[in-house]
Amino acid sequence: MPDMKSIFETNLGQAWLVLLLAIIFGSSLAGVQAALGPKIEENKLKETLEKVPIVILGQTAADELKSKDQHLTITPNTVSVARQGVTKFYTLYRADFADGTTAGWVAKTKGQGYADRIELLVGMDQDGGRVTGLFILDQKETPGLGNKIVEDAWRAQYSDKSTSTPFTVVKLPRGGENEIDAISGATISSDAVTNLVNQAVSDLKHRVAELKTSEPEGAN
Amino acid sequence: MADQPTASERFLQGILPENPVYRQLLGLCPTLAVTNGMQPAITMAVSVAFVLVCANLVISLIRNLLKPHLRIVIFTLTIATFVTIADKVLAAYLYQMSKTLGPYIPLIIVNCIIICRCEVCASKQSPFIAVSDALGQSIGFGLALSSIAAVREILGTGGLFGVQLLPAAWPDWVIMVLPPGAFITLGLLLGFVNWLSMRKKGGRI
Repeated sequence: MPDMKSIFETNLGQAWLVLLLAIIFGSSLAGVQAALGPKIEENKLKETLEKVPIVILGQTAADELKSKDQHLTITPNTVSVARQGVTKFYTLYRADFADGTTAGWVAKTKGQGYADRIELLVGMDQDGGRVTGLFILDQKETPGLGNKIVEDAWRAQYSDKSTSTPFTVVKLPRGGENEIDAISGATISSDAVTNLVNQAVSDLKHRVAELKTSEPEGAN
Repeated sequence: MADQPTASERFLQGILPENPVYRQLLGLCPTLAVTNGMQPAITMAVSVAFVLVCANLVISLIRNLLKPHLRIVIFTLTIATFVTIADKVLAAYLYQMSKTLGPYIPLIIVNCIIICRCEVCASKQSPFIAVSDALGQSIGFGLALSSIAAVREILGTGGLFGVQLLPAAWPDWVIMVLPPGAFITLGLLLGFVNWLSMRKKGGRI
């Protein structure tokens, strides 16, 4: 064999440093993730639990409850919904007042947005008849366009709406029932959030009855 | 390496004479995006400093092994690793701040200040000089971000770090904390810095 190339002269051989660094960096990142991952999850969970009362009662009522030094008892449930052969799992939080009556339900759901996965909380009232609010937990939509989904004014469109009609995204709102104003330049983000909300609501609105606590004695 | 700058020259150059924002006009995306308040600006400056120092150090240590046609891949790989670490640490210990800064922390990967320093300094000089260079550039970047953020936060909200500084009668110029305020402030401060340095040279204005 004439002119046998040294292994360091092949394409792969020349890249030995890149490959070695990729392995070293990759494993150190795995270490960082293992060390910090649980802490990050804990931060997310804490934020979720803080937002549950606001999503159900609205900011004002939640603040009022807090100022009276009362709080909602939040119980997480895992609900599986089978649709078209696919089983989807939701975390559904039940929030109870101090007297044991259910204040409402908050479902955590996630799905693809324009840039990355959007993770959000949808609130429903005690019998799943109305959507009470929306909170965006995690999103990486385009700054200035898609990330307007986190703004109070836009999210307020999902507050106190009936669950009997799905939300529809429209470019020119005509005041119809459950119409959501599309964010200009970010129709995909608006659609993504609306679809997530609609799906969570239609999957879960009939399920809340099964998970309801027994009515407190003497109530009703 | 006869005519390469020394460690102290590298350090001092980064602060003002070669300030990454005001002189080299690099890294303007985070400069414009996160300077609507002092807190995000300082968090960004510290994150960039961490990434810049670590990347310069690593690149300088392996500079004799770099192949010209593969060096950019290695720079990017190194920078991306440290940016991911910074991103995770922020999400774990400064969760709200990490949500405020959103995509701008991951975007440090494409911040040209860092790749520029790896190319200009770290891939040619010793680790000590590379770290001095990184520190100088980071201080320069931090000063630039905080000067812009200070102007925007004071004019936009009447205070700094949430502490009221201007009289309560100050009508908050909301535009200063919105994106246009970033362009206006950067433009005016750039002009001011140019005017200062021209005056120092004794040139006509």
